[in-house]
Amino acid sequence: MCLALPMKLLSRSGDWGIGEIGGVRRQVMLTLTPEANVGQYVIVHTGYAIEILDEDEAERTMDLLDKIGAMES
Amino acid sequence: MRKVANEIKRLRIDRPIRLMEVCGGHTEAIYRFALRDLLPDWIELTSGPGCPVCVTPNGFIDHAVALARLSGVTIATFGDLVRVPGSTQSLAQIRARGGDVRVFYSPMDALYWTRQHPERTVVFLGIGFETTACTIAAVVQECARDGPANFRMLSALKTMPCALAALLSAPDVHIDGLILPGHVTTVTGMADFQFIAHRFAVPCVVSGFEPLDLMETILMLCRQINEGRAKVENQYLRVVRSEGNLHAQKAISRVFKSCDMEWRGFGSISLSGLSLADEFSYLDATHIQVEVEPIREHPGCRCGEVLRGVCRPDDCALFATACTPEEPCGACMVSSEGACAAVYHFAPVADER
Repeated sequence: MCLALPMKLLSRSGDWGIGEIGGVRRQVMLTLTPEANVGQYVIVHTGYAIEILDEDEAERTMDLLDKIGAMES
Repeated sequence: MRKVANEIKRLRIDRPIRLMEVCGGHTEAIYRFALRDLLPDWIELTSGPGCPVCVTPNGFIDHAVALARLSGVTIATFGDLVRVPGSTQSLAQIRARGGDVRVFYSPMDALYWTRQHPERTVVFLGIGFETTACTIAAVVQECARDGPANFRMLSALKTMPCALAALLSAPDVHIDGLILPGHVTTVTGMADFQFIAHRFAVPCVVSGFEPLDLMETILMLCRQINEGRAKVENQYLRVVRSEGNLHAQKAISRVFKSCDMEWRGFGSISLSGLSLADEFSYLDATHIQVEVEPIREHPGCRCGEVLRGVCRPDDCALFATACTPEEPCGACMVSSEGACAAVYHFAPVADER
């Protein structure tokens, strides 16, 4: 249940932001990561960003997931 | 992956070792990617009390079921909890009989729904560890600031460090290394776990959730064991900072206070739970008068032992016979993160069943 996914922050307005993962966009609350900037990756759990990721590391995770996805399909 | 596996094999630890993961996400990844198959046979991986749904005891489900029976009450919950059997009924069964049980991805979504339905008393079921507690804390603060007045919360929120201490103190539990939950630690930071490594001389490594993350974590644990060290190390560097998320910690300490908490398989563990602090106690759903049925456990279910790592899922006589993901008898078969469900879905049939 502590599943959390990296999403790219596309926009923010106060405590609200829009995050994107794999083409899917959803609202992300930024109350717990007030220093998150547009363009950064945030790690999202139950609709809240709980940490900011280093972009290179997030891209690496996405690449890895893509590869595993390709293996499974 | 193979490189890391070979590195582990080269360590040649001369005794069998047991490593425990205490996060449902790790449990699922270990089985889904069949990581056991890559490891030498002297390493045993076992699952601990890391799935919030699984450690939620019957009494909490029964309380939620009783509330769901009241007219005017809506139960708002994360999805996994709905099918967990209580003493006699699950929330899914109450819903089938007309109870208003609604699933939300985010506690904030539940708060919005509550605002749109002022005629309902909405009880949000707060389950989870620190990772989830901080998000619920943020919602409680929002509710205290801007309403609505009809939002309530029933807390079974748990904190991991005291539970791990209770687990390692048990005479029937023998663990050589702990794979620490990556997203709990994202919130708490690493300091909260130092006393575990020190007091019990158990190596601990904070791990990410990719297969490679877990393999590297196992390598780091084996190295500590080999060198006779017992420290808290961090494999999940891309996310976890040693001090954790201070905003999240502040939200938790503002909204909640520590309390004793009931865990399936462990009973009550001192100061291992979170209840609403006095300032927010008016939101506590335990103030709603309701009669809760007496607790009954399924006679054959061994979920409690599975959660303490002293029994494997397929040691249970109910496993894959009376108890399946479609018709679960015990909580560990419900969530995909539960050890029983993970073994059921992913373990090779010939070996495991």
